[in-house]
Amino acid sequence: MKDLRLGGRERLLLGTVGLMLLFAVWQAVVRLQLVPPGLLPAPSELWPAWMSEISGGFWQQSILDSLSHYVLGLLIGSILGNGAGLICGSVPLVDAATGGIVRLLRPIPGLAWVPFAILWFGLNNAGATFVIAISVFWINFYAAYGAVKSVDRELYEVAAAFGHGSFLARLLHVTLPAASPGLLAGLRTGLGQGWMSVVAAELFGVPGIGARMMQASSLLATDVVVVYMVTMAGLYALTDFLFGLVRDRLLRWQG
Amino acid sequence: MSLVRIEDTGLSHDGGKSFVFRHVDLSIGRGEFVAVLGPSGVGKSTLLRVVMGLIAPTEGVVKLDTSPRQAGTRSTALVFQDARLMPWRSVRQNVAFGLEGLGLSASERRERAEQALRLVGLAAEGGRWPRQLSGGQRQRVGVARALVVNPDLLLMDEPFGALDAITRTSLQEELLGIWEKTRKTVMFVTHDIDEAILLADRIVVLAGSPACVRGDLTVGPRPRDLSSSSRRVLAARLRSLIAGEDDPGSEAWLRSVDI
Repeated sequence: MKDLRLGGRERLLLGTVGLMLLFAVWQAVVRLQLVPPGLLPAPSELWPAWMSEISGGFWQQSILDSLSHYVLGLLIGSILGNGAGLICGSVPLVDAATGGIVRLLRPIPGLAWVPFAILWFGLNNAGATFVIAISVFWINFYAAYGAVKSVDRELYEVAAAFGHGSFLARLLHVTLPAASPGLLAGLRTGLGQGWMSVVAAELFGVPGIGARMMQASSLLATDVVVVYMVTMAGLYALTDFLFGLVRDRLLRWQG
Repeated sequence: MSLVRIEDTGLSHDGGKSFVFRHVDLSIGRGEFVAVLGPSGVGKSTLLRVVMGLIAPTEGVVKLDTSPRQAGTRSTALVFQDARLMPWRSVRQNVAFGLEGLGLSASERRERAEQALRLVGLAAEGGRWPRQLSGGQRQRVGVARALVVNPDLLLMDEPFGALDAITRTSLQEELLGIWEKTRKTVMFVTHDIDEAILLADRIVVLAGSPACVRGDLTVGPRPRDLSSSSRRVLAARLRSLIAGEDDPGSEAWLRSVDI
C-alpha cells in the first residue's frame, strides 16, 4: 500500500469533513426517526438549547465553576505528581520505601475517593478539587517516574566531569531537561484526565458543568446534556491546543 | 614535578577480590601528550576516570599538581568517546556547560564558548542543536566543551573511536594543530596503535589481567610518517606488548625506549 503522507492543512481539512459527516448522519438518524423520539437530540436542536443556557447565564456560570476546581485540582495534582515522581525516580531509597504504598493506592480510581472528599472537605469546591487532583496526580506521578528512570545515565557522568556532580546540580542540569519530554507528556495526559474527572467530581452536587449535566439529564433535557458534552470537549480541545504550543516551544530541540 | 602522578594504583569492583588494574605507576609531565594504549576492556577508560576523580581508586593514590585556579577554569576536562552532548542544549550552550558555576557572567561564558568553537572550526554552528550536526562535528563540540574550561589536564577517552576513517584522520590532524597551539597536557586513551603513534609523545601500554603498565615508550619527533621503518618497528613492538608477549622483568621489557 502506498504510504500516504498528509500535511497539517490536509489533516485539518479531513478532520473537519469527518466531523461534518458525523453531524449529518446524526441529524439524518434523528429526522428519519431511526431512533425513538426523545432518546437522542438532533444536532439542529443544540443551538437553541445552547442559546437558552447562555441567556440564562447557566452556561457561563457552569464553566467558571468547573474551571475553578479544574485549574486548582490540575495544579495541585500536577505539582505533587511530578514532584513525587521525580523524587521516587531519582532517589532509590525513597523509591524502595514508597513502592508498597504506591501499589496499594494506585488502583483506587478518583471516583472512589468521593465519599472521603465529601467527608473531609464537604460538598464544595475543595472536595471537587481533591477528586480531580488525585486522578491527575497518578498520571503525572507515573509519567515523571518513568521519565526519570529512562534518563541516559551517561549524561550524569558528563555533569560530574564538568563540575555539576551534586544531587541538585544533576537534577537541574540533567534529570529535569532530559526527562522533560516525558514530564510534558504526563502533564498533557493529566490535562485531559482532569476534564474527565470534573464530571465525576461534580456528580455529587458541586456546581459546575457536570452538575448542570446531571440536572438536565434528570429532567430528560438531552439537548442540554449534549450542549455540555460538546462544551467540555471544546474546553479540552482548547487547553490541549494551548498546551501543545507551549510543549512544542519547550521541546524544539527534539525537532 | 609531574602534573599527574599515579602511584601504585589499583581498582576493584568487588572489594579487592579481583582487580581491573593494579600496581599502576605512571607520571605525566606538563605539556606532555601521553597515549594510554591497550586492548578493549582492559580498563583504560576506567583509569582515566580515576585520574579525573570520578571514580575513587581501591588502592594507591592519584596526585594532580594543578596550578591555582583562575576564574573560569577547571583542573581537568574529559572528552568522551561518543561526544555525549546534551540534546536540549544548543551547540554553544553545550560548550559553555563546564563554565557554569564558575562565577562568569553569561556574556563572558558566551564569548568563551564562541572562542572555543572557533578553535575547532565550528564558529558558525553555535546556534544549532546537536541533532543537526554530523558525528564529526558533534565530537568537535565535545573537544570544545573540554577546551573551554582551559584545563591543566585534558583527558580524552577514545574520542575518535566511533568516527569513520576520513573524519577520524581530519580530527586527529586538527587535534595536533590545537595541541601545538595550546600545549595542553593530554592523556589520550586509545586501542588504535597507529593513532597512538601519530599523536603521542609517549605511549603507555596497559595490558594484562589485572592490567598494569606493560610498556612505556617515547615516540620521536613530529610529523610522523606511519609507513617509515622505525614506526613499523615501534608498531610491532607495541603489538607484542599489548598481546602480553613480553614478560615484565625480562630483558625484553623496555621502559622509555626511544625509537
